[in-house]
Formats: sequence, structure tokens, C-alpha cells
Amino acid sequence: MKNNNRKILSGNEAVARGAWEAGCHFAAAYPGTPSTEILENIIKYPEIYAEWSVNEKVALEACAGASFVGARTITAMKHVGLNVAADPMFTIGYTGVTGGFVIVTCDDPGMWSSQNEQDNRHYARHAKIPMLEPSDSNEAKIFTKMAFELSERFDSVFLLRLTTRISHSSGIVELGTRQEISLKGYTKDIKKRLVLPAHARVLHQRVEERLKKLADYAEEFPYNRIEWQDKNLGIISSGITYMHAKDVFPEASFLKLSFTYPLPEKLIRKFARGVKRVLVIEEGDPILKQEIKSLGINVVGKEKIPLCGELDPTVIKKSFKKPVYRPDIAIKEIPERPPVLCPGCPERGVFYVINKLKLIATGDIGCYTLGALPPLNAMDTCICMGASVTNAHGMDKAGGKDINKRLVAVIGDSTFFHSGVTGLLNAVYNKGNLNLIILDNLTTAMTGHQPHPGTGKLARGEEGKRVLPEDVARGCGVEFVRVVDPTNLKETEQAIKEALNYNGVTVLVFRSLCALLKKPKPYLVVDVENCNGCKLCLRLGCPAISLKQIPTKDKPVAYIEPTLCSGCDLCVQLCQHNAISSAKKD
Amino acid sequence: MKSKKISKNTDSLKVTNIIICGVGGQGILLASDILCTAAFLEGFDVKKSEIHGMAQRGGSVITHIRFGAKVYSPLVEVGKADFILSFEKLEALRYSYFLKRDGILIVNDLELAPMSVLTGDREYPKNIIDILKQNGDVYLVPAQNIALELGNVRAVNVVLLGSLARFLTFKKQVWLDAIKENVKPQYVDINIRAFEAGNRE
Repeated sequence: MKNNNRKILSGNEAVARGAWEAGCHFAAAYPGTPSTEILENIIKYPEIYAEWSVNEKVALEACAGASFVGARTITAMKHVGLNVAADPMFTIGYTGVTGGFVIVTCDDPGMWSSQNEQDNRHYARHAKIPMLEPSDSNEAKIFTKMAFELSERFDSVFLLRLTTRISHSSGIVELGTRQEISLKGYTKDIKKRLVLPAHARVLHQRVEERLKKLADYAEEFPYNRIEWQDKNLGIISSGITYMHAKDVFPEASFLKLSFTYPLPEKLIRKFARGVKRVLVIEEGDPILKQEIKSLGINVVGKEKIPLCGELDPTVIKKSFKKPVYRPDIAIKEIPERPPVLCPGCPERGVFYVINKLKLIATGDIGCYTLGALPPLNAMDTCICMGASVTNAHGMDKAGGKDINKRLVAVIGDSTFFHSGVTGLLNAVYNKGNLNLIILDNLTTAMTGHQPHPGTGKLARGEEGKRVLPEDVARGCGVEFVRVVDPTNLKETEQAIKEALNYNGVTVLVFRSLCALLKKPKPYLVVDVENCNGCKLCLRLGCPAISLKQIPTKDKPVAYIEPTLCSGCDLCVQLCQHNAISSAKKD
Repeated sequence: MKSKKISKNTDSLKVTNIIICGVGGQGILLASDILCTAAFLEGFDVKKSEIHGMAQRGGSVITHIRFGAKVYSPLVEVGKADFILSFEKLEALRYSYFLKRDGILIVNDLELAPMSVLTGDREYPKNIIDILKQNGDVYLVPAQNIALELGNVRAVNVVLLGSLARFLTFKKQVWLDAIKENVKPQYVDINIRAFEAGNRE
């Protein structure tokens, strides 16, 4: 929505806009909630080269390469993505940059769509890389732009930290124009970019000197600011938490921190001297509190505020015993509504078979992780991207025949390319009995359908070079490789049984397009005369199928909701009583 | 919907808090975007917060929208929502703890059973509207039927937005502009008709 030069943007859109305005040349990322829309929006700016890389490490390293030749470059990832990319990030922290280099980490307090709640403010300290934390969309844009300039000025990569409530909240942003920056060009400099121990020792010295300069700069950073009001109470906060705290304590004085590593010591001391009592309100770990306490300043913080979960104005109010009105709802048990596999999801049949055969299944990260939920109950583990493959290998080697004859690893296509390949290679090399199931729905579905090598499409939809997972598997030395249609229940079951009976590594690629990208077939209907209410179809966990009591039958019969049914016909294949058929006869 | 004197909930000094909730896939994010744009065009500061990813696979979805002279947090406090606009009855119940005393609940007359109800493990609560009435004014809108009569069940979100608009003091033209900003040109007409139908309810 445009209003002269103001527009409503999400935090992620604002970061993309900031990168564009800053003259950014190169962007690479792997999708991950809540970071995905940053690259998705950069893709809309043709001036910036943009790619979906196969994982976060690859993306960060590619960005480093772009910086080597003097390009302004940005990568964005979810918090756990930075674990994958941590290896190059720590050393890039030493080498510094040529073109400005910004790494965006999008943390997920509350774990809305994540497997842990790690606080990536620790990474700034650990890797000695400066960090900026915006509090809304407008700051997200401004800080992104500033981060490129500061990166070049201080010869340091910069971390920009967002959280879900910054990334996925929207607000009004002041728009600017693009500043065209010419490529600096490449100059060989092995003392800077080739980290032999002899070079790295010198670089480490430089890192420590740089941190001192950055700390001095943090004192004058315009968005580290004191807002004097009632001096009986002073609050130090940053990021989204600053906004929540402003609502809860409208009268208090505030020190709003935006350049959060290294911290502005003098400014903090000045603020603390000016108020009677200091509260540190921060989400996640007590990082600000500990650092401020170490300056000898007496503060109250995490002893009152929860360590776990997301903060919001209500949680902060409760933490400080402020009254909260909560209407009394005369019903205590409200049925939960967790997300489910979509109607027509091609993975459903595979999970049905895994459950039917009572297999052990190591799982992975994607919407198919929902196969773990009842009634499918078809997954035993889920740790991180790629771990299905390697967890299964370990279980196979240590658990022996009892385990490996009923053990499968289940991974999605995009996840396989991200970090499944190395685990597969490892299992082949170490003569394992891994049975790998690749659920190939020809997209990165969970994060909103981004392309990957198996789709052969590039970020802007252009043709790329298609790389198929079965070819990768063969290339890794797997001899048992089959491509199977998961919409056929019999073939699915047969293929899984054969793989389990094979000695050695097997790979089954179950290929069928994501239901959200397929044109639905005519919906299915239940013939109530034939249905005896056996509930077998309910075991598919399809949101379109339920039981309904009808007057002419003494027990409830199956009912298919036409607005939800995609006509995938798994239930037709399962029904023993010929009670389900297409509404539209051929 | 019975006629009621429209309260001045969009007093320019006060922040108006709105929760929009329902089931992933019902078009909640689009409705939130249109509302947000309308508030912006009316000259308010506005913030919106939503959740993507896992929550969109048929799960429970909630969006927070706040507008006024100056908005800090994008999140509505518990017990402070002026309005809850729910696309489904069970979801209205789930998030009704956000409603302020005598706040207004606008609820789509639709029941969608979650998986635990489909499999028979749990029961869908029977007297939701009665429970909701204990804490605020409840308006039940047959938005599903209205959208079907208009020929597009997907327009249910904008029908409901039309119902909410009765309680806000935004100019009609602002709503129409906000719809145009947020939907593809070929869907502008149906959405304007949906808005008007909801606005009459």
C-alpha cells in the first residue's frame, strides 16, 4: 500500500527493500520460517542477483565470495539455519569483507514453526560479529541499509537479528531510492582471505581491535537512544520487546538498544545513573542482563520474566504483577486444532503404509513431519535437517537386525538436497543398511513452494539444470534405487517391503506433486448403503473425512466434505466395501 | 445482524485492537491485509502481526491488528480486543480470552471439526454462541451462505470484513480502495460485492 513514499511492509519485506536501496548486488538463501520472505522479496528486484541455494552454509559462503569481488551481499536464514552456516561465518568474522556483507538471522521465540528456541544473540558474541536489532519494519529497512555501509566502514560482516514478531509483523515504512554502488573489483589479498594459522593469528588481533572501535561507535549509534520520562523507573530493552514494554510501562524512562553487540557501555552507565531502578526486559536468554550486571550495575530482569516462550505485553504485565483482565470462559476443554497434512497430500499414503507395517521411521524437517501426528503416527524422530538419514544409520549400526529390518528414514526432496546427501554417502561408504524414503513432492512445500535442484527451476522461475534425487543416489553408489508413485497404495507398500528385505542401502523416491500445486480432481462421495462404518478410511488422517450419524443407519458412516476433498482417491483404494466413488462419473 | 448504534471505536487518540482468527486456508491473511490498508488510508499508525509456516496447514490461525495515533507493540493484550472477527465458531471460542469487557465478537456461522473431532476422540462443543455471549456482544453472520449466493465461497473473508466495517468509522471509499490494493484485478468486483453484502448484515 503506497501513500506517497510510505508503504505498509512486513519486517521481511522491509529488509529486502533496505537491501535494494543500499545497492545490494547479490543475495542467496535457503528458505526457513520466519526468514523466507526476505529472499522472496529480493527476487522482485531485478537489480539484485538472487538465488535459492541448497542450504544456508552454501548461501553464506557464496555471499562471502561475492563480497570478495566487492559486491554488496546479503543472506537470510532462520535461527537454526545459522547453525548450518556457522562454520564459514566464524571465519568470515576474521577475514572481514570487501563488499558490504549482511547476515540476517530470524529467530523464532515461541517456536511457531521451529524445533528449538535458540537465542542467536549469542552468535554475535561467540563469533565477535556486530549485531543490529530492529524493533519494527521501518527500523528493519533502515538498519539493513546502515548495515551495508557499516560493514564496509569497519571491514566486518554484520548480523541483523529479527524475530518472528518482527519478520511477520507489518508497519509503515518510509521508502527511499536505490543507491547505485559500483563493484569494487577483486584484488588478491591472501593475508586477508586465506586463513593459514599465520594469517589467522594476525586477523584475530584485528578482530579484537575492531570490536573496540565498534563499541565506541555503538555509543553514538543514533538508534541507541535514551527516552527520559519518569526517572523512578528505567527500562533497558531491544527488538520487539522494546515495543511490548512501551505499552506496559508508558510512563517509564527507556534505553532503547538497537546496536546490541558490542554494547554501548557509557550510554548504559549514563542511563542507569539517571534512574532510580533499572529493569532489563528481554526475550530469550538473560544476555543483556548479564552484560549490564558485569558493568557493576544493579538490574532486575530474568528473575521475573520467563526464559521460555515468546514475550508479549500480557506476559510482561504478569511478570511484574500488573493486573490483567482475562474473561472467564465457561468451558475449559477446547479441542486443539494442530496443523494437518493437506487433503490430497501425496505423502499420506507412504505414512499410512509405515504405520500399517509398524515400522520405525526416523523423520526430518518439513510439512511431512506432520505424518508423526495421530492417526498416522508414522514418525519416531525429528532432530534437524538431514538427521533422518544419519540417525537411521546410527540406529542400524548399533541396533542390529532387530532394528534395521523394520527401520526407514523419511526425508523430503528439498531437505535431501539441503543435507541428506552427505548422510547417504556416509551410509553407502560404511556399508550400512539404510532404507531411505525420499518424499519428492517437487517443491519446498513447508515454506511456500520454493524451487530446488530437483525442480530444475531457478529463483525467478527461469530454467536451471535439473538434478534428480535418484541420480544423486546412484552417484553416491546406491544400487537399489526406485522411483515409485505414492498415490498408489499397493505399489507403495510393495516397494517399502522390498527395500526392507534388501541387504544394503536402498533409496525409494516417492514422486508426486504437492497437493497445493495440483489441480483437484472431482470430489469423492460416500455411498451410505455400502458403508458399514468400519472407520478404515479415518486412519488416513484426511481432514475431509469424518463420521456422520444418519437416520437410516444405526452406526455412524463415513462422510466426505466436498469443499475439502481433492479427489486423490486413497480412501477409495482402502475401502473394502466399495463405498466411496467420484461425485462425477466418467 | 441486529442494528446497533456504532460506538466510536476508532477515536483517533485510542488504539483500536482487533483479532482476526479462523482455520488456515480461510483467507484470514487477506482480510487482515485489507483492514490494515484501510486503517493506513484513514491516516492511522497501524501494525499487524501474523504467523506463517506450520500454522497454515489447516491449523488454528490468529492475526493481531492495532491502529491509532501511535502503535507500539503489534500484539493485542489479553482482555483488550475491541473486536474479534472469527471465521469459525470453535476458533472464536479459543481466542475469546482476548476480548475486552463488552467487546464485540463477529462470528461466521460455520463449524469445522479439527482432527481430534473427526476421529471421534473429542467432541465439538455444542453451545459455543451461548458461552461467547457471557463475555461480549455476539453477532453471528451467515457469511458462508452469503458468499455461496454471490457465487464464490472463497469471498467469505471479505463478507466478514464487511460485517466488521459496520462498527468502524472508516469511509466507504477507503474500504473500496483497500480492497483494490490487495486483490487481483479480476477479483475486485466479487470482493466489493462480498464486502457490501457483509456490510448489510
